[in-house]
Amino acid sequence: MYVAVKGGERAIDNAHAFLAEERRGDPSVPELSLAQIREQMALAVNRVMAEGSLYDPDLAALAIKQARGDLIEAIFLIRAYRTTLPRLGHSRPIDTGAMAAVRRVSATYKDLPGGQVLGPTFDYTHRLIDFALAAEGEAPEAPKAQPLGPVPRVTGFLDREGLIEAEPASDATPRDLTREPMELPADRALRLQALARGDEGFVLSLAYSSQRGYGRTHPFVGELRIGEVAVEMDIPELGFAVEIGEITVTECETVNQFMGSKTQPPQFTRGYGLVFGQSERKAISMSLVDRALRWEELGEENTGAPVQDAEFVLMHSDNIQATGFLEHIKLPHYVDFQSELELVRKMRREAMAGREAAE
Amino acid sequence: MSEHYNFAYLDEQTKRMIRRAILKGVAVPGYQVPFASREMPMPYGWGTGGVQVTAACLTPEDQLKVIDQGADDTTNAVSIRKFFQKTAGVAVTERTTEASVIQTRHRIPETPLTEGQILVYQVPIPEPLRFLEPRETETRRMHALEEYGLMHVKLYEDIARNGAIATAYAYPVKVEGRYVMDPSPIPKFDNPKLSNSPALQLFGAGREQRIYAIPPYTQVISLDFEDHPFEASKAPHPCDLCGDEGSYLDEVITDDQGGRMFVCSDTDHCESRREAGHTGRLSPQEDAA
Repeated sequence: MYVAVKGGERAIDNAHAFLAEERRGDPSVPELSLAQIREQMALAVNRVMAEGSLYDPDLAALAIKQARGDLIEAIFLIRAYRTTLPRLGHSRPIDTGAMAAVRRVSATYKDLPGGQVLGPTFDYTHRLIDFALAAEGEAPEAPKAQPLGPVPRVTGFLDREGLIEAEPASDATPRDLTREPMELPADRALRLQALARGDEGFVLSLAYSSQRGYGRTHPFVGELRIGEVAVEMDIPELGFAVEIGEITVTECETVNQFMGSKTQPPQFTRGYGLVFGQSERKAISMSLVDRALRWEELGEENTGAPVQDAEFVLMHSDNIQATGFLEHIKLPHYVDFQSELELVRKMRREAMAGREAAE
Repeated sequence: MSEHYNFAYLDEQTKRMIRRAILKGVAVPGYQVPFASREMPMPYGWGTGGVQVTAACLTPEDQLKVIDQGADDTTNAVSIRKFFQKTAGVAVTERTTEASVIQTRHRIPETPLTEGQILVYQVPIPEPLRFLEPRETETRRMHALEEYGLMHVKLYEDIARNGAIATAYAYPVKVEGRYVMDPSPIPKFDNPKLSNSPALQLFGAGREQRIYAIPPYTQVISLDFEDHPFEASKAPHPCDLCGDEGSYLDEVITDDQGGRMFVCSDTDHCESRREAGHTGRLSPQEDAA
């Protein structure tokens, strides 16, 4: 005798218990501490903070631990937590020009005020598995240098000559896609917000496609800088701004060719990327995509490339939305499938009957 | 009830924002109202839109019923029901007649709804024109201009190709003679229940950030042609457990020899009928003693 499927509740509880056990792994292996994740998986922590849109290394480390290292799952945990936090106010715009940079490179000038500072980069490492790391020895101490003070921006040099498009400061309050529904067309600030929290892989691939000819924008990395910036907030009761903390960010400014138009002489244009933490790949990708999306305001041709299509880019860049909708197809759909079954059966019956009648 | 979260999880400001969207939806039946959907603690695609609408509607006195595929005991229905038990502490029920708020995925209960009840649908893709035109900017314009020719062409092409409209679920409807609307992926069998219902019907699409509504006693017409009228279809069998001839059925494969049975997809409906003494082909036989 058939008994309707029951026991969903117990199945869920048991699955969660099993998951918790698997998360811990072999109990004879010491458990990871949050400090270990935060300090030794720092780039994973950075990605979770960037795409989770919440700067909190300890919380990101906890999310990574809870998610068993699945970064999109960790980002989701951060997002779901973030949305419950009250909004106390907003900071002043951060001043990346005043950054205490640990890394600052320019691909457009051999040398420049402030110099080229490599910082902690993989760029010139040989990608050879370092078996010494498996032995868990202490890392050799790196030579110390004076931290880089505020250094001038590369785009500033170009700006002085009028060679790069002006980007006038504005006090307009940018729209916030976490508080209002995304509306199209989206202005540049909103697009940059979406890209900053967009999936690194998706933004990377879009940027890559633009380099390969799908919406080409001729980028040079004018400057890439990574370091700490102060976050300041205006306190109305005090009448002045107070520093409430420091965050590490990666900023990328690309310099792109622009042939000029009837009204404007040829000059360089800008692409911009800014990401929480040390996230160079993301910051560079973001600046390429930002620049490609500006084709309309700059009077460039729309070649139909995906990276030029703001609606396509913005509607598909969020990995929490994407993974949710993608994975939901594993939920039960048997009611819909049943209705298709009946439809296909009926249409087949009619088709067969038609064929027999014809014979 | 958990003390760490506000009643029904969302903060009051967010619920207010959602209620405004709902009110606008009620005022313009079938129109998709953009709303600032929040990240919920369950994934997009799991019913975050429905959950937000339910959260905005719930009061402590409500009796909540949650179904997925018509059943109260499917895993995601269990999970969402537990979520509201935990965050809102509301009473829950499996009885359609006792529920004041019903959140559903893919079905409308068989038992007719009554005045004062709210039916909340989980919606994956709120835009009925989406698969004809992928751009939101375009489809919004088409709705604004009531430009639905493309939809009729699609339905006509179905008939030309297959002899019938080849849409079995999420069958498009026109609401109060104005907006073409996606009724969410309910089987077209359920479409007639959308129209003139005494209950308030609310639709929430979390990922797509849209809310829309069918107020009570609103006319909802499934799109069709005079010579190819809409037909609400189901498997041509009675339920094997309760014998109902008119309810929507799940097909259950019972062995690998082609054996199958059909049972009501609406578990509350089926159980109520069995309690009332109705039997079907595979009902256990009463002991002769």
